Amino acid sequence: MRLAVVGAGAVGRSVVDLASEYGHEVVAVADSSSAVVADRTGGRGTGVDSDAVVARKAERGIVGDGDPEDALAADYDVLVEATPTTLGDAEPGFSHVRTALERDRHAVLANKGPVAERFGDLRSLVNDSDGDIRFEATVGGAIPAVSTVEDIEPGHVTAVRGVLNGTANFILTRMAAEGLDYEHVLAEAQDLGVAEADPSFDVDGTDAALKCVILANVLSFGAADDPVDAREFTLDDADVEGIRDVPGSTLRLATEDGRTVRLIGEATGETVRVAPRLVPENGTLAVSGTQNIVQIETTHAGRLNISGRGAGGPETASAVLGDVGRLE
Amino acid sequence: MSDARDGVPEEAVDDEDATPDGGHASTTPSTHTVRLELVDEPGQLLAALHPIADNGGNLLSIYHERGNKTPRGRIPVEVDFEATQERFEGIVEALRSEGVNVMQAGTERYAEEVTILLFGHLIDTDLSDTLSQIEACESASVADVSLAAPQGTEEASSARLRLEARAGETEAALAAVRELAAEKDLRLVEPLTGVEA
Repeated sequence: MRLAVVGAGAVGRSVVDLASEYGHEVVAVADSSSAVVADRTGGRGTGVDSDAVVARKAERGIVGDGDPEDALAADYDVLVEATPTTLGDAEPGFSHVRTALERDRHAVLANKGPVAERFGDLRSLVNDSDGDIRFEATVGGAIPAVSTVEDIEPGHVTAVRGVLNGTANFILTRMAAEGLDYEHVLAEAQDLGVAEADPSFDVDGTDAALKCVILANVLSFGAADDPVDAREFTLDDADVEGIRDVPGSTLRLATEDGRTVRLIGEATGETVRVAPRLVPENGTLAVSGTQNIVQIETTHAGRLNISGRGAGGPETASAVLGDVGRLE
Repeated sequence: MSDARDGVPEEAVDDEDATPDGGHASTTPSTHTVRLELVDEPGQLLAALHPIADNGGNLLSIYHERGNKTPRGRIPVEVDFEATQERFEGIVEALRSEGVNVMQAGTERYAEEVTILLFGHLIDTDLSDTLSQIEACESASVADVSLAAPQGTEEASSARLRLEARAGETEAALAAVRELAAEKDLRLVEPLTGVEA
């Protein structure tokens, strides 16, 4: 498949870097201000020079000398949307995907915004297009959460829950293990690069909530006989509590009782909820550090648990490239 | 010891073959056991026995465990009496409306245990009032409380509560606590119920 990669952060760069390993060719790369498009005079097999793109991004902060619009207009099979997640109208990511679908091309999203905030709009665009969308990378990084739900069939999944934010999980794990307070552990996480300078998105539960909203949409639209009847979820439908105010003493009381606290997200076809919850200290959901876990409750297949790395460039890129493979 | 007797009301119902229409078998009195929790004050036991006698219960025995105290410092009392199923239900209702805490009645008991955490300004918002409000909720009773207030009363503190909920009423009990927490601006950490197996 010929890929156009829009967004040159950790995920976009890893997709560019790894695409050839998966048998795909990158024909265009764009970041917010620049682009590089493969010279088509060479015919097939002449994608962009991945190493040069990654090096240019690192050295000069741009991917090439072209305009970002050039990448969207390039001759690709699959658009990889890996720009930063935005809320509300989910722009510019939504428009990138729309452009691809209107051109009857596929789109694979690593950007949560369009799938969480405008799922219904995306489905309508897909209905009118020969292209399709996939978005495994938006939930749980390397963990195949969406495709597993699809394999089981959303109508036979009653709930999906889990630990879906590595930053929050790291903080809670360290607070419990070291008896430290939130502020102290947050500073440590920032030093280690586990938490961002502004950690709000992670510690307030927004990131986990977006992932659960996406899962709720998959369940709702997947289980509906007619998509028109499906309930669409957005972040506004989620009941969200973060971990910012959790005192160290709360973790201590949990530990004394053989339990611990994890930021758990839960999605059904009817509700989305993210909150710190008490779980058994050695239970399945009490994964440590930046690990994520997705637990799928099914009607006929019991409970499935998949844990793994919920973030990271190559990890998330592997989910993106898996999606590309499914579109072949 | 009470376990052996708890089954009685149900067995009594099973024995009632005289009602082929499947209606409630309530004509034959059977033995019931209720476990009550009384405040250690004069007259409390008598006040608790009145609703039983007044509503057609035939008192058989009273086991007043004076040496024992419930986690809230109250005295557990076990009362056996005979009554029809219908009257038995009326008696339990009467006891509850008189403010007597019925910990266990017949086969009904606080079968579900649930642990929650609360954090925030627990002390400033009157912890004992918080606990009594949870107690006042019909679905649950507070079995155990642990408090951690490392920064003194001014700062946020945490409490771990073990609640005993009546069978099938854990969700109702949690909803009541959730509401109370919101009212007092406390944060509640709920367990993932039904997931821990």
